[in-house]
Amino acid sequence: MSGSGTTTATRAEYCVVACAEVWRDGGEVLATPMGTVPTIGARLAKLTFSPDLLLTDGEALLIGDVPAVGARAQVVEGWLPYRGHLALVATGRRHVMMGAAQLDRHGNQNISCIGDWARPERQLLGVRGAPVNTLNNPTSYWVPRHSTRVFVERVDMVSGVGYDRAAAAGPSATRYHRIPDVVSDLGVFDFETPDRTMRLRSLHPGVTVEQVTQATGFALTVPDEVPCTREPSAEELRLIREVIDPKGLREREVPTA
Amino acid sequence: MSRDKTMTAEEVVGRLESGMTIGIGGWGSRRKPMALVRALLRSDVTDLTVVSYGGPDVGLLAAAGKIRKLVAAFATLDSIPLEPNFAAARQRGAFEMTELDEAMFMWGLTAAAHRLPFMPVRAGLASDVMSVNPSLRTVTSPYGDGEELVAVPALRLDAALVHLNRADAHGNAQYLGPDPYFDDLFCEAADQAYVSCERIVDTADLLKDSGPQTLLVKRAFVNGVVETPNGAHFTSCVPDHDRDETFQRAYARAARDPEAWRAFTERFLSGDEDAYQAAVAAFHEEEA
Repeated sequence: MSGSGTTTATRAEYCVVACAEVWRDGGEVLATPMGTVPTIGARLAKLTFSPDLLLTDGEALLIGDVPAVGARAQVVEGWLPYRGHLALVATGRRHVMMGAAQLDRHGNQNISCIGDWARPERQLLGVRGAPVNTLNNPTSYWVPRHSTRVFVERVDMVSGVGYDRAAAAGPSATRYHRIPDVVSDLGVFDFETPDRTMRLRSLHPGVTVEQVTQATGFALTVPDEVPCTREPSAEELRLIREVIDPKGLREREVPTA
Repeated sequence: MSRDKTMTAEEVVGRLESGMTIGIGGWGSRRKPMALVRALLRSDVTDLTVVSYGGPDVGLLAAAGKIRKLVAAFATLDSIPLEPNFAAARQRGAFEMTELDEAMFMWGLTAAAHRLPFMPVRAGLASDVMSVNPSLRTVTSPYGDGEELVAVPALRLDAALVHLNRADAHGNAQYLGPDPYFDDLFCEAADQAYVSCERIVDTADLLKDSGPQTLLVKRAFVNGVVETPNGAHFTSCVPDHDRDETFQRAYARAARDPEAWRAFTERFLSGDEDAYQAAVAAFHEEEA
């Protein structure tokens, strides 16, 4: 599963690279990944094409090295308690990759609850920082299991703001609003369409367009030619397998079929 | 010499009244004033508006039916994402909720501490936080930009409960972990504030091993100090103690089943704080 002898990348490893790409050319900003695969991706980006990224230990410290997932950092380069983290969001010097219990074609995200908010069928996390994130710094999403339960026509409680809602709320909402990418276990998506609705940008190897459209609960824009998600390089595979995730935790989040 | 404000957890709760708005410090399952919360559970005080970056404080108070209204951006156990008692209470419509974004919450506390009616923030706009809180208003910048921002109302508190690593008898309180959370703001936003701590030390000893920036809470904002060793249990209070993950798992498991929850409350929450700590010690002996 994580043997360094194979050169063929697994689905999880394609997902890691697709997540890493989110932080390419981002500059000297804080990468805030949520979930295992995005965490590996952020660390891969820092070790390869985005060395200026800032990373946290998941608590209050900015780390100066790139430890394996689950391992302790040996070098601390800064202090970022929650109050500093929330203030940093407003500076825009951050790109967060959040999860989503529901996501619609405009990029509205829900992590709060399922059903009627007043008395939910299923209470989830609450909106957390999704409203402030989406209005202030680039916010991408990671969905480890692409399905019609997640990719829905309408989300039950808009936590992270999508393009249509931001536009309707006016210039203060749109000024710093940007959703660069959505990465799922099936492919990579963006909002590079005239009406800022979701588009299929690339398919992971072995995934068909039909598979994606069937697992998506809304009309997705599908270009005539859909490229494959970029293949991890041999060096990237080595970093993922030997340095960042030697225990193969990525395969638990995205199991190989 | 300033006043000695030491008291017991029971004395703290004796100063609280039903119907009050109570702010609880810490974050998620981190440095929560759990001994004070447990004292609250043993009291008749109820019908509370609870303001919290929610963790098991919210879960326990919700399970005991003491919350009339919750003001929060989330409730979580951190290593266990969903707080089961909070989730169950929401799903049975047990209390009203003011669901705010994490940053809105921080600026609401800040406004209260600064005695301002609101703070302008770029958060909440366009999200359903605005729809589920119809009383939220926006404010237009009086300057050339004309931006329309959310006016987060001050989250003024009747009382604040926080837990820190050290304090002196006068209410100067110190955190020794990596994150102050918002405990100073909670105290400054409140009409009365109560600090529990792992250990009360002489004022002169507060800075024996640490820098002045660890002195988070000032005595002018504190009405009572309680020494409660392991008082944040089962949440983390580093470097004094980590989160008790084994116990937290047992808590979460019990909370998902009414029968198991009755047994859990009987075993751990039916006596005083000493009984609680003894029951936790016995639990760990059994687990070992």
